[in-house]
Amino acid sequence: MGLLSDPNRRKALTNLLTRLNTPICVVCYLAAIVWFMGLAFEPFTLRTYMSENAMGSTMVEERFSAGERALAAAKEFNAHKRKADGMPVEWLVKAMQARGLEVFTQSFFQKLPFPDENKERYMVRGTNVYGILRAPRAPRTEALVISAPCTPGGTNNQAVGILLGLAQYFRNQVYWAKDIIFLVNEHDLIGMQAWLEGYHHTNITGMEYSPLQGRAGSIQAALSLELSSDVITSLDLVLEGLNGQLPNLDLANLFYAFCQKLNVLCTIQGKLQRNDWDSAEGYTHAAQTMMLMVLKQASGRSWGDHGLFLRYHIEAASIRGINSFRHYKMDATTIGRLLEGMVRKLNNLLERLHQSYFFYLLPSLSRFVSIGYYMPAFGLLAVILLLRALDLWVHLGAPVLSEVDGVSEAEQPSSPGVLSVLTPVVISHLTGVALYILPVYLQDMAVEHFPVSETEAVVLTALAIYTAGLALPHNTQRLLSGEGTEQGWKVLKLTSLLYLAVLLGCTALINFSLGFILAVTLVPVTASITPHMLKSVSALAMVLLSPAFTIFYCVLIYQELMEAPVSLPEGLTIFLSVISQGILDHALYGSLVYPLLALFVYPCWLMFWNILFWK
Amino acid sequence: MAAYRCGLYLALILILSRIVHPGIADTLEKANDTTGEKQSASDAPRDNADARSVDLNERQWQKTDVEPYTGDDPQNTPSVRPAKDQFEEELVIRPLHSGDIYASFQFRTLWDVDFQQEGQKTSHYRLFPKSLGQVLSKFSVRELHISFTQGYWRTMQWGQPFIASPPGAELWVWFHHTVTDVDGNWRELTNVLSGIFCASLNFIDLTNTVQPSASFKPLGLGNATDHSFLRYATLPREIVCTENLTPWKKLLPCGSKAGLAVLMKSEKLFHSSFHSQAVHIRPVCQDEQCTSKAWELRQTLNVVFDLYTSGQGKKEWSMFKMFSRTLTEACPLASSSKVYVDITDNPEGELFELSPVTALLSQAVVLGDRRTYSVYDLTRAETFGQLRSLNLLLRWKGESGDMLRPLLHAERYVSGFGLQTGEIHTVIYNNHPFRAFPVLLMDSVPWYLQLYIHTLTVTSKSRENKPSYIHYQPAKDRHRPHLLEMLIQLPPHSMTEITVQFDRALLKWTEYTPDPNHGFYVGSSVVSALVPSMVAMNTNFTLDQPLFSSFVPVKEESSYFMRVYTEPLLVNLPTPDFSMPYNVICLTCTVVAVGYGSFYNLLTRTFQVDEPSPPLAKRLANLIRRIRGVPLLT
Repeated sequence: MGLLSDPNRRKALTNLLTRLNTPICVVCYLAAIVWFMGLAFEPFTLRTYMSENAMGSTMVEERFSAGERALAAAKEFNAHKRKADGMPVEWLVKAMQARGLEVFTQSFFQKLPFPDENKERYMVRGTNVYGILRAPRAPRTEALVISAPCTPGGTNNQAVGILLGLAQYFRNQVYWAKDIIFLVNEHDLIGMQAWLEGYHHTNITGMEYSPLQGRAGSIQAALSLELSSDVITSLDLVLEGLNGQLPNLDLANLFYAFCQKLNVLCTIQGKLQRNDWDSAEGYTHAAQTMMLMVLKQASGRSWGDHGLFLRYHIEAASIRGINSFRHYKMDATTIGRLLEGMVRKLNNLLERLHQSYFFYLLPSLSRFVSIGYYMPAFGLLAVILLLRALDLWVHLGAPVLSEVDGVSEAEQPSSPGVLSVLTPVVISHLTGVALYILPVYLQDMAVEHFPVSETEAVVLTALAIYTAGLALPHNTQRLLSGEGTEQGWKVLKLTSLLYLAVLLGCTALINFSLGFILAVTLVPVTASITPHMLKSVSALAMVLLSPAFTIFYCVLIYQELMEAPVSLPEGLTIFLSVISQGILDHALYGSLVYPLLALFVYPCWLMFWNILFWK
Repeated sequence: MAAYRCGLYLALILILSRIVHPGIADTLEKANDTTGEKQSASDAPRDNADARSVDLNERQWQKTDVEPYTGDDPQNTPSVRPAKDQFEEELVIRPLHSGDIYASFQFRTLWDVDFQQEGQKTSHYRLFPKSLGQVLSKFSVRELHISFTQGYWRTMQWGQPFIASPPGAELWVWFHHTVTDVDGNWRELTNVLSGIFCASLNFIDLTNTVQPSASFKPLGLGNATDHSFLRYATLPREIVCTENLTPWKKLLPCGSKAGLAVLMKSEKLFHSSFHSQAVHIRPVCQDEQCTSKAWELRQTLNVVFDLYTSGQGKKEWSMFKMFSRTLTEACPLASSSKVYVDITDNPEGELFELSPVTALLSQAVVLGDRRTYSVYDLTRAETFGQLRSLNLLLRWKGESGDMLRPLLHAERYVSGFGLQTGEIHTVIYNNHPFRAFPVLLMDSVPWYLQLYIHTLTVTSKSRENKPSYIHYQPAKDRHRPHLLEMLIQLPPHSMTEITVQFDRALLKWTEYTPDPNHGFYVGSSVVSALVPSMVAMNTNFTLDQPLFSSFVPVKEESSYFMRVYTEPLLVNLPTPDFSMPYNVICLTCTVVAVGYGSFYNLLTRTFQVDEPSPPLAKRLANLIRRIRGVPLLT
């Protein structure tokens, strides 16, 4: 602090910072990228370990042996599903009752804001069936959930079969300390949302549902099962939930521990683990796995039925069976044993899962990057914004800086520009509000006037408003009295830089991946933009690094990493569907990515766009 | 050698004293009893000797039973009348609708003494356990009810229990109206009971004790109305296990040596779906004219066995399978000892098959329903048959049915998410097709859930249902819990929902339990009701009724009293991370505080240009000049 209280030395420091500002920023940016890419390098990451004592040392013995019976139940379920053309409610109720559960049903109805073309649904009406296995001598205060979605077509029957098999087996055991809820939800996430809202008696999304009749206290953990074949080669663990929330790392550790114990191949992001971390391929593999996780987390979607549990502070994960062309296959009994082991360990829990990390990235199932390791990568990017802001601040205060410290004087040069700063800020945000509200609101009108479907109408309206926003700065300037001054754009840029820094900082705290991806694309242009640059080149650069294009790049990278590369037109189609899915996710489950982009990030970017066209 | 002689001599004296003073032997036996359980289990060879001494003892018991009252203590009791201490035992077995088996033991000891009225000390105990008798007189207890329950009674599958109890421990006590310091007595009493029952009742303090104004009326003699003498507390977290069962069994006159109590083997009793044991003490009338009072001690034990898990698919059970014992005799001290099996739903034997068959049938009106029972009287030798042991066998034929629709049913849950607010929902069902009846709802909520009573809503059939009586006592932080009592009229065939919102308090860091992330318990709410009866109830209270049907006195023919407990709640409170990140936060806060301090200092300080201090030589020169009185150098 002595450094700052001494005016001479302070001057020297600010001089240094302003003189070397650009090099420091460039170094920071490169360092951030290198740091981030280094996270996937195995020697820099930590090995996962079980933190929860209740699940650690006490190994359980798995005895489930009714795999064949479970598959038979799956066939029967399939037949009844086909007969009922949807959820075979009556059969399922009977089947659960026969296994000694208390069975209840819940019906729900949800009208989507516009038809979902990916899943071909608009008016969704369905029924959830769930059975509660009451633990002996337990007072109904705690519960675990095992769920399997009932999907149309021939998929996921085996998941329901195993669910029923486990129910039958669990019913005969005496060691349960928590009630176990077996849930079969229709219409995947919508059904799950209805059930969770019913269970917790809330209504966030305006869904209609019948109240639940049976409850079992506070849910401690949940597992969601997706299984479409009788034998599998590997099991995939899905962790990414709504708004980028992740379950406690101990849940992943638990899954990994049992896969090791039962010799089951396990993957994350569909990628097997490799042992050759010192080779280039090994590193690339880990980096790809981590990048996939970052992209999925940044999307803010729920990547499995488990994702909606996380809002209610219930640790949950989806387990997905994969059947590929490998020789080594596992039968239903092994999967049943794996689940039995996991549920028994969860049953042993004395407290909610809380010992391990909630913020992490996984380059493989056995290695993790904790928040303390990945946050510096973002921090280095955020520092650039602050350094630029400091630089501007010093420049703004420069004429008066020679007298004393510039706290009071700094007001003086900015005061003529207040209106000229405020106007673009307000107009940008109004554009953001229009982008948020209008697409869904205007769909009927759009459908009337243009030959497009509702979904297309919504997406295209959104894109139109987005593009229209680019034209605004010219008009903004004309609205204002007279010319924008040199001071004016500097104040506006200072404000925008700080705004962006705060915005990205908050986003990164909640959803690191989203914050980081936005920072990587937004920081370089926003840090360097001035009205004195070559308009056409810098405008092109800004547009290419705008939020919409960021989404587009993410789509392309994601497809590339999933080993399903697409051409540009195909990528564009996926891009359009991603936008519609984002709007739907917001309306149906309360995902916050779309409002964040529309209401804050896009207006912020528009403010910089304004600076570029400052007159 | 000397030691051996000594031992022999001692033994001789002991034997002699047994013969001469039966009373001493008696107390000795009692003293042995407290530790005897383990011994008899561990060394088998001594069993024979023990059995003989018990045998000897029994005869003596009978002797003491007859003798003392004729001449022993006429100076103690002014009105000379024979004391009639009495002990009865019975076991009711009810095959439940769901296919489970409900076994309910009841033991009643009547103690023919009235120490509170005459203010005299009673030191002679016969059948009544001395430990409880002393507690009663020391703390001037008028009525005491304590229950320990592990599990939740599933009303929807099992129907109604004979006596309901909430999960965990429940204790309610009416003190005598002469007590001046009720809270002090209550505190001491809970500590003493905690020792007697080996339970954590000492965790009952003012923060979880309430004084319900209407829900808990005395069940015995006297109609006390001043609820300042009533204390009620629950410990929903209490775990009930063997260590609570053993002291409970020791209160029985025969211990677990003879009679129905031999069936109580803890490894079987705790291998069940539901376990509840209780002790109820109250003053009752001695006879129909009610000329004098007696103390009644009722010990009940309710167990539900799960056929599904224990039967390995076979739906058949026997007494031996359930309890790993059979009955061979009644408790010799018991005036009545019976086993009842509920056969109401099985008139033609289509649901299950019962053997051995008994000719004795009995009818009783329980919980508004007329039930038929097969009775096995253990005091009669022919009950035990050729094998000299009774092993009831029941073979299921029917299927387990759907869920029941009990007349009165309640449940409770917490809604919402996040750690800031929440809402407690209590749902009460009246499934009577055409009759409305009122219920008293009592909620006791710990202070760390801060209730907003203005958000209280009561709705039935989507219309507001205004309670006719509300008694609300707000909580005081760290001193007392919320108490909410309401009288609500339940419309026929309806669901009534009561909601109230709350805030979750942030506790002081020492107030968290060792496992804060488990959550905090909120005790069951209590629904007390007079439920319309399907059949006319028996209002005249006679002694030859079965015990299970005579616990709550019935005042009118058309309805019966029932109590329903909801499930306890587990609520998560905002919890700091007590592990390493918590330290990191503390450290960060410190750093921030230090940083902030420096910045604040920097911003508020006024800066002055400081003159450089003169060099040492100049200062020395100045010092000398000052002494000399010459003008200083600058």
